[in-house]
Amino acid sequence: MKYFSLIWASLFRKKARTILTLLSIVVAFMLFGLLQAVNQAFSGGAEAADADRMITNSKYSIIDMLPISYKAQIESVPGVKAVAFASWFGGSYQDKPARFAVFPVVPDEYLTVAPELQMSAETRAAWNATRTGAVVGEALAKQMNWKVGDKVPLQADIWPQKDGSLTWTFDIVGTFHNAKDQANGDSALLFRYDYFDEARQFGKGTIGWFLVKVDDRRHAEGVGKTIDSQFGNSSHATKTQTEQAFAQGFAKQFGDIALIVSAILGAVFFTILVLTGNTMSQALRERIPELGILKTVGFSNQAVWWLVLLESLLLAMLGAALGLLLAMSTVNALKETLSGFGVTRVGWRVVAEGLFIAFLLGVLVGVAPAMKAMRLKIIDALNS
Amino acid sequence: MFAWMNQIAQVSWMNLKNLPQRLGTSLVIVVGIAGVVGVLTAILSMGAGFRATLGKAGYEDRAIVMRNGATSELSSGLSREQADVIRGAPGIRRDAGGNPIVAAELLVIADLPKASSGTLANAAVRGVQPGAFLLRPEVKIAQGRQFSFGTREVIVGKQAATQFGGLGLGARIAFRDSDWTVVGIFEADGSVNESELWADAEVVQNAYRRNGFQSVSVALENASALTTFKDALTADPRLRVKVSTMKQYFASQSEMMSKLINVLGYSVGLIMAVGAVFGALNTMYAAISTRGREIATLRAIGFGAMPVMISVLLEALLLALLGGAIGAALAYVMFNGYTAATLGSNFSQVAFDFRVTTALMGQGLLLALAIGLIGGFLPAWRAARLPIATALRAE
Repeated sequence: MKYFSLIWASLFRKKARTILTLLSIVVAFMLFGLLQAVNQAFSGGAEAADADRMITNSKYSIIDMLPISYKAQIESVPGVKAVAFASWFGGSYQDKPARFAVFPVVPDEYLTVAPELQMSAETRAAWNATRTGAVVGEALAKQMNWKVGDKVPLQADIWPQKDGSLTWTFDIVGTFHNAKDQANGDSALLFRYDYFDEARQFGKGTIGWFLVKVDDRRHAEGVGKTIDSQFGNSSHATKTQTEQAFAQGFAKQFGDIALIVSAILGAVFFTILVLTGNTMSQALRERIPELGILKTVGFSNQAVWWLVLLESLLLAMLGAALGLLLAMSTVNALKETLSGFGVTRVGWRVVAEGLFIAFLLGVLVGVAPAMKAMRLKIIDALNS
Repeated sequence: MFAWMNQIAQVSWMNLKNLPQRLGTSLVIVVGIAGVVGVLTAILSMGAGFRATLGKAGYEDRAIVMRNGATSELSSGLSREQADVIRGAPGIRRDAGGNPIVAAELLVIADLPKASSGTLANAAVRGVQPGAFLLRPEVKIAQGRQFSFGTREVIVGKQAATQFGGLGLGARIAFRDSDWTVVGIFEADGSVNESELWADAEVVQNAYRRNGFQSVSVALENASALTTFKDALTADPRLRVKVSTMKQYFASQSEMMSKLINVLGYSVGLIMAVGAVFGALNTMYAAISTRGREIATLRAIGFGAMPVMISVLLEALLLALLGGAIGAALAYVMFNGYTAATLGSNFSQVAFDFRVTTALMGQGLLLALAIGLIGGFLPAWRAARLPIATALRAE
């Protein structure tokens, strides 16, 4: 790249204009990065979901509970490696509906099926030893400023206690880390099922859903069918699907909003690109006469073609890189607020997509002026 | 003073006349700002529509009673005995026959396929008593007939009928191991109830193997009877309930979604506005650089610096206003009345119409003017201070 300094110098010939154009591109790609991060959040961790883990819940709707006795029957289905269960607790914290998942589970069973939830051996032991113990995701603990030993009171909305009281108090025994970094993975509070079942007013012996680990993801479909056929004629028919299908189905329920927002923003992103492209190509065209001078001093047609194209590419890629970087640091800085909406990071795929679009932009904008510059006759250029 | 105004008018008029020569660059301002205003207005209109749909059910002279701690009907639960106690409370309006207008209801969920994608989504099924229709006189059968109590017949809200597949008049829905027949389509003045399916409360209780209800709604004698009603219920040791007016209840139901949409709309709008300011600066700098000689000539023949500056600023403001108007108009034409659905706080699909209100459009225009002002000021400043001699000599 012996001509780099030449390209760089010509790029900043009109400093103000180039910087403003660059900033427009930066803004466009920052928007792109943020939008894609939000989009991923709306598609609900479908990517991170486990393909060899299945969810068995009521066939009718998510509000129907299943008897806990199904567990043994599911375990006996060939191809099933392990089974755990959880329920939706919901609840309010400090007078606001809890923005994090709260599930009663059986610690050891749940951690076997969900090995991505990692915690220290001491935490696990403490959880097993404390009936009212609860573990919380690292991100959540940080956000709420909960420490080990704290007592956290949640107000039940669905599950009052036997005596009619609504306050469930949990002892925080430790934190866990979700190794798979699923969208909302670290934003959960898990407490013990035995405490839950013993204290709740109604619904004893019922749970929300089973998590079923299969030995091989290729068996998943067959296993699911076998499970559902076992309970098909009972009063609690089930529906078993992979965790991925479940997450996608759930995300689709928010469907329209995500779709509309991304459609609007997509349209705007491309409008910005077209406008900026217009400004860029105008700047290049204005400079074509100067290129005549380069040709006079001996630059080949080919070289001039490259100079113009590379200048356009450099501006587009530089702007995109800065914009994406800005998007990444914004998400990082606002992580604690945004994770409530499931937005945790700008993925590498998004960065790659953004840079690819910037490349296209650079080529599209640069090609026409570059052709013109290449075909330019020295005599015409110097005359004008 | 008059001469000064005259100068401003003359320079501005000249600028505007040769705007077409600078069409390409001027479009950057117009289109850029149209984009900002269009997007901001469109996204916020979604929030406004969602709030309005829930707000329409928010009457101040109707109250809803749920179990203490419940954040929505779905998470609430009341026994038959509790429902009877509530029925006897003071402050409830009476119908022509002297009976209190009370409706104990269930709200449950059925998995039904969406019309657009065929994927299963949560439909809200409301089990109602005859009182529900006295309580909500806005509910009217638009097609077909009312369901008969005691049978597996349902009436379907207008929005639910279009959002979900296979809910047309006469359709049979298979859920909970039996067939239900759609006998009517109802309207409810555009409120959230139009996203629901209604059937006899007793029949729904049977199908979902439930005993009690989730909420008891009552018509109040008037809005101020709430206190009487509320005090009677909270003092009763047999109940642990939360009483709110329908207005309070539905405002709380739309709070979270509104917040999310507002955060999204304003942050995206802000980022885009910053981008549009850069675009405007670029355009206006380019405009004064091509007109450098002209401006210098004007100054040389006696026009003041201030009129030149104001004329540049006016041009930027005019372009911005044009862009803002186009953006707001586009948002209105494309999105006003557009129907979308999402998951409401009862965990079921709520359909709503986008509302591009005049307040939103006005806010958009103000933003456009702000962008024009910021983007036009620096270039205008430069135009005013252009050294006359050098500018005259320049090509």
